[in-house]
Amino acid sequence: MKYLCLIYDEEKKLGAMSKSESDAFMGEYYAFTDGIRKSGHYVAGEALQPIHTATTVRIRNGKMSTTDGPFAETKEQLGGFYLINARDLNDAIQVASKIPSARLGSVEVRPIMVFDQQ
Amino acid sequence: MGEDEAAGAGVRETVDAVYRTDSRRVLATLIRLLGDFDLAEEALHDAFTAAVECWPRDGVPANPRAWLVSTGRFKAIDGMRRRARFDASLVELARRLDADTGDPAAWDEESVADDRLRLIFTCCHPALPPDAQIALTLREACGLTTEEIARAFLTGPSTLAQRIVRAKAKIRDAGIPYQVPARADLPDRLDSVLHVVYLVFNEGYSASSGVSLTRHDLSGEAIRLGRLLSELLPEPEVVGLLALMLLHEARGAARTSPTGELILLGDQDRSLWKRDLIAEGAALVERALSSRRFGPYTLQAAIAAVHAEAPDAAATDWAQIVGLYDVLARADPSPVVELNRAAAVAMRDGPLAGLTLIDAILARGDLADYYPAHSARADLCRRLGRRAEARASYERALGLTRLEPERRFLERRLGELPD
Repeated sequence: MKYLCLIYDEEKKLGAMSKSESDAFMGEYYAFTDGIRKSGHYVAGEALQPIHTATTVRIRNGKMSTTDGPFAETKEQLGGFYLINARDLNDAIQVASKIPSARLGSVEVRPIMVFDQQ
Repeated sequence: MGEDEAAGAGVRETVDAVYRTDSRRVLATLIRLLGDFDLAEEALHDAFTAAVECWPRDGVPANPRAWLVSTGRFKAIDGMRRRARFDASLVELARRLDADTGDPAAWDEESVADDRLRLIFTCCHPALPPDAQIALTLREACGLTTEEIARAFLTGPSTLAQRIVRAKAKIRDAGIPYQVPARADLPDRLDSVLHVVYLVFNEGYSASSGVSLTRHDLSGEAIRLGRLLSELLPEPEVVGLLALMLLHEARGAARTSPTGELILLGDQDRSLWKRDLIAEGAALVERALSSRRFGPYTLQAAIAAVHAEAPDAAATDWAQIVGLYDVLARADPSPVVELNRAAAVAMRDGPLAGLTLIDAILARGDLADYYPAHSARADLCRRLGRRAEARASYERALGLTRLEPERRFLERRLGELPD
């Protein structure tokens, strides 16, 4: 099954890291990505730019509106994702628990919906 | 009644008996073979219907459980083939299920035992909401009906049924596997299972003070689950939890008066305690402690065992109880453990020592809304002759609980305070 691991971080916490801390954190990410490529779990993965770069688009009554944000009052923000292939939820949880941000923020594990072909 | 009818009635009784002892095991195996809870339940039902038809005619099979599993599986695949005329996707599923098994080794005792563990671990998977874990465990692993569970938890049957449907949908859609967790995950996953069992036990234990006689015997179900788990997976904490439940259950009859009044441990008639349960619980505590890998359940059971072995409150080994609370407070720190420790210190060193500790906990604001903290404080003040403080704390406690027996107990204590 495919699962999307949505990575939530506190941007404030990441921003407060010193250069050496942040280098070490990124190093952990590179090592983690390497590991799941080797184990065959990796399908895709990206980091996102911070939340202040985000734009929200809606169409209401045929009219498009764009706003900056979302700036919901949440402590953690979506900061990146991995799309993985896993045997089952337990396997996916194992992988997710090794994402470096699981220790600082949180990781949401969502199964990918499969639509009937035809 | 003719001879055939008499034989038929006898077989009917056998089918009922097999249902009672084995239906959960058959279900657990069918879920593994069919890979789906709903399919397996339907197959279980079909298998027992077939047994009622076939056993009077052909005789009861040598291994009824294996017969039921293979009949259930056959019926499920057969049903799928029939429906495949309308839904092509079932053809492949039926073919795969048919090819999958046929291996009689898959039905040996060990894998059947594993199936029951698989079922419990799946029902208690931490990815399911806690109330769904409880409902699913009682439904699938204990075989209670939805109505029985709803009554036991004082919720509507439709709410409960929906909770179970949603849980099964998540198991299927999120890919929760039908597995006993790997060694590395076991401690964490086992915590979740033991927590469910203990919640079920406590729900039954606190309800037994008698609001409603129609509530199912949940503590009995929890103890049965505990026995099953400690037989299949004798980890120290599994054994410790079973011991804890048995030791509490042993005191059940002494906890309330014939008129339903709450009786505290110190005032209970200890001749009402069930000695056989205490002996069994105490032996299990020994076993869990000797493993040296025990945790909070075993420690609580050890405390309960010290109480159980004392002829009365005064003769209780309070020093040992305080010592066990010290270890428990390190293993599983919580304000409630601190409160219980304070009460034991009061028994060992006198009420003033206990009161100082309780006041320190309350000053932190940790248990400000927890009625037993105020009730315990009131009790110590009463013993120290501080009547006004005792009154204020009893009233505070009364304002925090809605449970009838607890309220009556506190009102009685208030009434007994001299002016």
